[in-house]
Amino acid sequence: MAKNHFLLTAHPLNTMPSPDPGQFFMLSVDSRLDPLLKRPFSLHRLVLGDLQFLYRVVGKATNILKDKKAGDIMELIGPLGNGFPVNEIEEKKPVLIAGGMGIAPLVALAEKFTERQPVFFYGARNAEEILCLNELESIGITPVISTDDGTSGRKGFVTDIVEEFLYHHPSSSFDYALYSCGPKPMLETLSGIAMKYKIKAYMALEESMACGIGACLGCVIKTVDGYKRVCKEGPVFLSEEIIW
Amino acid sequence: MDISVEIGKIKLKNPVMTASGTFGYGEEYAGFIDINELGALVVKGLSLLPKEGNPPPRIVETPAGMLNAIGLQNIGIDKFLKEKLPYLRQFNTPVIVNFFGDSIEEYVKAAGRLSSADGIHGLEMNISCPNKEAGWSVFGTDPQVTYRVVSSVRKATDLTLIVKLSPNVTDIALMANTAEDAGADAVSLINTLTGMAIDIRTRRPKLANIRGGLSGPAIKPVAVRMVWECYKKISIPIIGMGGIISADDAVEFMLAGASAVAIGTGNFINPGVTMDVLSGIKSFMSAEKLNSLKELIGRVEC
Ligand SMILES: Cc1cc2nc3c(=O)[nH]c(=O)nc-3n(C[C@H](O)[C@H](O)[C@H](O)COP(=O)(O)OP(=O)(O)OC[C@H]3O[C@@H](n4cnc5c(N)ncnc54)[C@H](O)[C@@H]3O)c2cc1C
Ligand SMILES: Cc1cc2nc3c(=O)[nH]c(=O)nc-3n(C[C@H](O)[C@H](O)[C@H](O)COP(=O)(O)O)c2cc1C
Ligand code: FES
Repeated sequence: MAKNHFLLTAHPLNTMPSPDPGQFFMLSVDSRLDPLLKRPFSLHRLVLGDLQFLYRVVGKATNILKDKKAGDIMELIGPLGNGFPVNEIEEKKPVLIAGGMGIAPLVALAEKFTERQPVFFYGARNAEEILCLNELESIGITPVISTDDGTSGRKGFVTDIVEEFLYHHPSSSFDYALYSCGPKPMLETLSGIAMKYKIKAYMALEESMACGIGACLGCVIKTVDGYKRVCKEGPVFLSEEIIW
Repeated sequence: MDISVEIGKIKLKNPVMTASGTFGYGEEYAGFIDINELGALVVKGLSLLPKEGNPPPRIVETPAGMLNAIGLQNIGIDKFLKEKLPYLRQFNTPVIVNFFGDSIEEYVKAAGRLSSADGIHGLEMNISCPNKEAGWSVFGTDPQVTYRVVSSVRKATDLTLIVKLSPNVTDIALMANTAEDAGADAVSLINTLTGMAIDIRTRRPKLANIRGGLSGPAIKPVAVRMVWECYKKISIPIIGMGGIISADDAVEFMLAGASAVAIGTGNFINPGVTMDVLSGIKSFMSAEKLNSLKELIGRVEC
């Protein structure tokens, strides 16, 4: 895996509901007091009942996580939140857009969509940070890639390529549904594009979390109906709900 | 072994409570613990009208603690009574409603409204919030204002009245004393300590609200000290909280003078923490051959 990116496979010791793409788990890396709180990670893939998480090392918890050994026991709670709706809009063509670590939940989603031949766009900072190409290939998906520095695929923002695609492949507003996860500015731009082309766009959002189960009101984002909890009403929202 | 305690008119089967704002309205934790096993359940702070709260980011982790600036977001008393309280009535655990206002009049109205509902066993007044009538200074930092707001609420309710003290004062025992004189049946402490965290690269505060309340294990020694100071000055029961994540922590608070304990941030780390603390207290008592909590409460030897 690319520098600073790791795959964690967790074999659940207790039974749990089968997680949907876009749902997440709160993971406690160990019992020390710093880091204190559990950390949220999206389901990356479900492989024979084992949970896979794909993560980037950014700080305290992820640094501890990367040094874990096979067989270590960790506490996690989940699946939590609402994932991407996969059945509601069966007649539509799924367009998946990943930005950076936003690739993590979109692989599980792409697996659900294989029969509908999703279009997949994937943007990252550079070629090194383009992940999961083999996993995508194994389900018959070759993503359209873009990087900020042009070291892989097109140089520029993934959102520009998505807009170009929609412009050149126009359709009635019923044809496409966008599914996305990535940095907030990318999602905001995408939200504008979805509005312009009158397409429904589902986005998995992030906010700092403490409880992960809806109790602390710490993880809210602003929506047209007031603040909503990312961990409970989200993390997947319809883009038109969000006030950026 | 007798682990029951009395807080005002409420009889708790055990001393383990939840801290306001960390346990939602109970439902969120029903999948993790048996609510019936709690000594008492304290719900998220309510006001007469719904409150939107602060913009995000609202929380940031700090060493062994966290800062929060939720901004007292809540659904309002009416919606609570209609949509949340019926759920809580099914349990045989006393429900304590935490509430606040931005004027004395609002506190009194809120207390009155809550007192007429069926299924609420006690009120916990959060006085760590700004007072509209006094230039937005915090109620709980001025003994005279504290006396006025607590005595006014006392007249408006027959329910057990708990006053939740702010630790952001120089003399917490004075505030506890004031609450007792004004008619409180118990005090709870501590609320969060005001703090701040800065992102050194962007040079911006990590919370949108700039300041936030510090909670978690980091504040425990401050909280234990404050409980001890209050215990020496008042004769009403103390509900101790601040950084409790284990039975050992809970026992420490009791030795300092707490009759009961409440767990806040600990629930985020381990949603089953209240039950772990409860069973841990029992094992501690049997290991130490104690028959009643009275043998612990305030029994620190200094
Ligand atoms: C619903 C949800 C799902 C997530 N899924 C994944 C996933 O599948 N893979 C993955 O790698 N990460 C994911 N994240 C982000 C992940 O939770 C954070 O990277 C992690 O909490 C960082 O912990 P840490 O202790 O290593 O970093 P900390 O020490 O807490 O922070 C170090 C630095 O990273 C920054 N940081 C912390 N959290 C985030 C964040 N959420 N986004 C951007 N920067 C952050 C901090 O501001 C700080 O500068 C998800 C977040 C949410 C809310
Ligand atoms: C996210 C969060 C929300 C809180 N909301 C309230 C509240 O609405 N009313 C209140 O009186 N205290 C509130 N508190 C304070 C706690 O009830 C408790 O006094 C404090 O967190 C110390 O305990 P702890 O260290 O166990 O969390 C809140 C604390 C946290 C962390
Ligand atoms: S993280 Fe606590 S409400 Fe979402």
